[in-house]
Amino acid sequence: MKLYCLSGHPTLPCNVLKFKSTTIMLDCGLDMTSTLNFLPLPLVQSPRLSNLPGWSLKDGNAFLDKTELIDLSTVDVILISNYHCMMALPYITEHTGFTGTVYATEPSVQIGRLLMEELVNFIERVPKAQSASLWKNKDIQRLLPSPLKDAVEVSTWRRCYTMQEVNSALSKIQLVGYSQKIELFGAVQVTPLSSGYALGSSNWIIQSHYEKVSYVSGSSLLTTHPQPMDQASLKNSDVLILTGLTQIPTANPDGMVGEFCSNLALTVRNGGNVLVPCYPSGVIYDLLECLYQYIDSAGLSSIPFYFISPVANSSLEFSQIFAEWLCHNKQTKVYLPEPPFPHAELIQTNKLKHYPSIHGDFSNDFRQPCVVFTGHPSLRFGDVVHFMELWGKSSLNTVIFTEPDFSYLEALAPYQPLAMKCIYCPIDTRLNFIQVSKLLKEVQPLHVVCPEQYTQPPPAQSHRMDLMIDCQPPAMSYRRAEVLALPFKRRYEKIEIMPELADSLVPMEIKPGVSLATVSAVLHTKDNKHILQPPPRPAQPTGGKKRKRASDDIPDCKVLKPLLSGSIPVEQFVQTLEKHGFSDIKVEDTAKGHIVLLQEAETLIQIEEDSTHIICDNDELLRVRLRDLVLKFLQKF
Amino acid sequence: MPEIRVTPLGAGQDVGRSCILVSIAGKNVMLDCGMHMGFSDDRRFPDFSYITRSGRLTDFLDCVIISHFHLDHCGALPYFSEMVGYDGPIYMTQPTQAICPILLEDYRKIAVDKKGEARFFTSQMIKDCMKKVVAVHLHQTVQVDDELEIKAYYAGHVLGAAMFQIKVGSESVVYTGDYNMTPDRHLGAAWIDKCRPNLLITESTYATTIRDSKRCRERDFLKKVHETVERGGKVLIPVFALGRAQELCILLETFWERVGLKAPIYFSTGLTEKANHYYKLFIPWTNQKIRKTFVQRNMFEFKHIKAFDRAFADSPGPMVVFATPGMLHAGQSLQIFRKWAGNEKNMVIMPGYCVQGTVGHKILSGQRKLEMEGRQVLEVKMQVEYMSFSAHADAKGIMQLVGQAEPENVLLVHGEAKKMEFLKQKIEQEFRVSCYMPANGETVTLPTSPSIPVGISLGLLKREMAQGLLPDAKKPRLLHGTLIMKDSNFRLVSSEQALKELGLAEHQLRFTCRVHLHDTRKEQETAVRVYSHLKSVLKDHCVQHLPDGSVTVESILIQAAAHSEDPGTKVLLVSWTYQDEELGSYLTSLLKKGLPQAS
Repeated sequence: MKLYCLSGHPTLPCNVLKFKSTTIMLDCGLDMTSTLNFLPLPLVQSPRLSNLPGWSLKDGNAFLDKTELIDLSTVDVILISNYHCMMALPYITEHTGFTGTVYATEPSVQIGRLLMEELVNFIERVPKAQSASLWKNKDIQRLLPSPLKDAVEVSTWRRCYTMQEVNSALSKIQLVGYSQKIELFGAVQVTPLSSGYALGSSNWIIQSHYEKVSYVSGSSLLTTHPQPMDQASLKNSDVLILTGLTQIPTANPDGMVGEFCSNLALTVRNGGNVLVPCYPSGVIYDLLECLYQYIDSAGLSSIPFYFISPVANSSLEFSQIFAEWLCHNKQTKVYLPEPPFPHAELIQTNKLKHYPSIHGDFSNDFRQPCVVFTGHPSLRFGDVVHFMELWGKSSLNTVIFTEPDFSYLEALAPYQPLAMKCIYCPIDTRLNFIQVSKLLKEVQPLHVVCPEQYTQPPPAQSHRMDLMIDCQPPAMSYRRAEVLALPFKRRYEKIEIMPELADSLVPMEIKPGVSLATVSAVLHTKDNKHILQPPPRPAQPTGGKKRKRASDDIPDCKVLKPLLSGSIPVEQFVQTLEKHGFSDIKVEDTAKGHIVLLQEAETLIQIEEDSTHIICDNDELLRVRLRDLVLKFLQKF
Repeated sequence: MPEIRVTPLGAGQDVGRSCILVSIAGKNVMLDCGMHMGFSDDRRFPDFSYITRSGRLTDFLDCVIISHFHLDHCGALPYFSEMVGYDGPIYMTQPTQAICPILLEDYRKIAVDKKGEARFFTSQMIKDCMKKVVAVHLHQTVQVDDELEIKAYYAGHVLGAAMFQIKVGSESVVYTGDYNMTPDRHLGAAWIDKCRPNLLITESTYATTIRDSKRCRERDFLKKVHETVERGGKVLIPVFALGRAQELCILLETFWERVGLKAPIYFSTGLTEKANHYYKLFIPWTNQKIRKTFVQRNMFEFKHIKAFDRAFADSPGPMVVFATPGMLHAGQSLQIFRKWAGNEKNMVIMPGYCVQGTVGHKILSGQRKLEMEGRQVLEVKMQVEYMSFSAHADAKGIMQLVGQAEPENVLLVHGEAKKMEFLKQKIEQEFRVSCYMPANGETVTLPTSPSIPVGISLGLLKREMAQGLLPDAKKPRLLHGTLIMKDSNFRLVSSEQALKELGLAEHQLRFTCRVHLHDTRKEQETAVRVYSHLKSVLKDHCVQHLPDGSVTVESILIQAAAHSEDPGTKVLLVSWTYQDEELGSYLTSLLKKGLPQAS
């Protein structure tokens, strides 16, 4: 069993597991941090941005893709754990010769589609007159200014996919539900489990009858909106692959939400605007819920909240229909029947308004001061670019970063100098190291596999020995483009014994509680399932019509006889011989045992502890009689 | 002998009070717990004394499964769990869990408040009963206990309707509940994978009907409504609050919009709006079209359909009213029916199946003079139309589902005996499987022969597989091993490994036979002759002549020696182990025949 590690990003994993003749890709996250190397794509032509020295506006969007460690067309299935971890799907399903199936939950697919749609929309609405790719040539790249000069694997950076590719990629997904058992080629069974991190987010169990691999990716033990994490089903794993822990292990999400609210209130009260760069789904639901409870007490009820995204409406609508995937509290609301999320009420009371973009209706409704939620969190494209340009010059305004995926300082770099306040409140609800060690104690996997980043403290906090995975035996770590051989010894495989065969078995008790039965059967293997059927009856002789050839009689040496075990007590053996009409029996003692002589039949039987040797004339009847008498004392295996 | 036993307590050769007991591999499961609309005495609930005679329900049953929220499938649930007493788990889908208590409360109100029945379940009992419910998601495998697992499939019949697979080890039963094999205006079609259950228990409401295309039925329906409204008549459509009602509302809503009709459409009781709300929140359970477009337009927000007020029934002019319940057996639909029945301009459209004994059934079977309470006779002059909109599979659909699931046996419930008989024959002919149709209280027993899963050591399996994947029909190859049974752990290992694991030594049994040959030559030459003879006969075997003068065939050793007394005779010592017995004994008999003369 091998693990091919295609991504070095611990929260955007992409691993390929080879297990029992199946090739399973676990997630295909898209590392978009390379976009930080590019200039923002403004919605309005900005002379400032295009004249910044040292930055190139030429090349548009590029994303990190996978290395060619493995032929991706051999991947049988892709398992998706949450909507953030499927953003590279179109690159794989559309450009690698992939012909398999993708498995994901319905919310993952629907929200994943929204994220991709938003991304494509953001990129496509600011078309570029020209694009450059020659700089990716190593000789030229060397001459470029930092950080481009130092960027690794630029040849794997790709243009953004199109909506057509997105649709085609999503059509290859088969929807699954939590705890659904999915058979892969009869060899392996995969099961998604609730991971508690996002709507429809899942961990996966990959198991055969005797081996179990758990894939944990993006899990949360905090009570937010999704269904709680299913921990019990992860127990008894041989290997647990652990990815997607919190990116900000030192920040407490609850504290961050509090800080978010108070900073937001402070800015608005002072007449400033608040900009929240965010994804169109996920934490935004929790933020809106907090604000729903907070705005009246904070006296913000007259402040408009705007949610601007090409998929804002869809995201808000979709969140209300996935009752099955929500936490218990929200499920009970549906029984009333009421919408599970309070943002329905915010919309109804006109406190929250959503728009596809800043064009159109928004420009008529726009009132300041206000709070704007919009993408993209990298500040490189999307409507957020416009608001940065618009509000950046005033110190009354605040931008609050809640998404932990991008370094906020780097994100802000092209907008410097900035007068607006910048608050960093990263909210990452994924497992922290304390929760991980508790989880590992609870589910006790035999081996843990994780990205190398988790086996040492973060570089910036190298003294914090508590910010790493601590388990016994030590976790196996992987880095990008590595192949790990997982410590696994497969010893058994499931096989079915047909009832007719089972009926014919004769078990005998060897020790108390342990019984044995010898089995001679025909093995049938179909679709990776093994079945034992009773041996066929010996064919009836054809009645002499056919001419017999000598070779017809030759027995097949592959017909195996059982092994024997036990020992033969001489006295009883002699008595038995006498009972069966042998007379004139002599017994001689030897160094290791006895020799029984049947003088009349000129036969000699050597009996030792672990062997019996019958030496006789060529008299088949006699030999068979003696054999059966000997076998009476022995056990067959 | 393991077996599966099925006993319908309700819905055996009948429609109503569905309740089927299934015993599979020692587990007892109750499928549905419904009431009968045609009775208001003891017969309205299934006869649970069948179980309670021998003990408590909770001790006997491992779980209860409810397929959907129609009262003939869940109406007896509070009576069963709170009054007879059952504390085990009750499984149903989330929409069923949401809607079921509302319909039960509705039913209770009609029974207690309107009919004044004593000894009926209370509101509190409905609540307590629902606390025992565990929600099941589609395709999720729910482990009821270590051995018993259940899995829900989409059934399409109403919002949240599901078929259930009940599985213990390799034995399984599928219960369809009510299902629909064609998608309609708001729900998708039922689907099941090729799960090959030992038994498929299917409903057979429309066992003999092959319905014309849905489009035609819809057009007919709209035409009739349109004509009646045009001539100023009133249309009454008795429906159940959830299900068909929503489909017909969508149909009328789009028609009204397209044609630009002005006549009002009403929907009775406050339940409606709430019901529509459930549909909005459970969008993933509706059909693909609605799911795709719900963001732009939620189909369950109606513009033309308004809430009904009792006073509207007497207002003049045309109107269309959806009123509950659907079989005209009580409540508002019956009240309106009595008001409008006398006018031939009006029309009542029955969009679903009516159980015997209900007013709906009576007028559909042509009765035009109805005896009402207080010996009143109601003359029916209004037009009575029947439009099969019930979302049950028709005969074609049932056959299609049987084909999809590929069961070993089929059992029919939820239908009329005569029609079942016809379908039974058809199924037996077409699929060559046995088909049963037990009456209530009658038990069907099916012997099963489950295979036994054991673990085979990979070494043994690979050794066997290495010899070629396909067994040769002419020369069957046998896998030989030892099955070690320890507690409930069964492992098949090679004999050597079994001996080793148990700490036993092998006992070698060896035979040596003396074969006398007439041969005057030297022993060495005899050996050479034996070698060449065997080599020519045994072409498929490994025959070797060793340097020490002995000959081997596979592991069988042949040595030539001089006879102690007769120099013209040589003695061949043929020696083999018990494991090579066939070949050894064959060789001795072959050698006994003598060697061919040297040419």
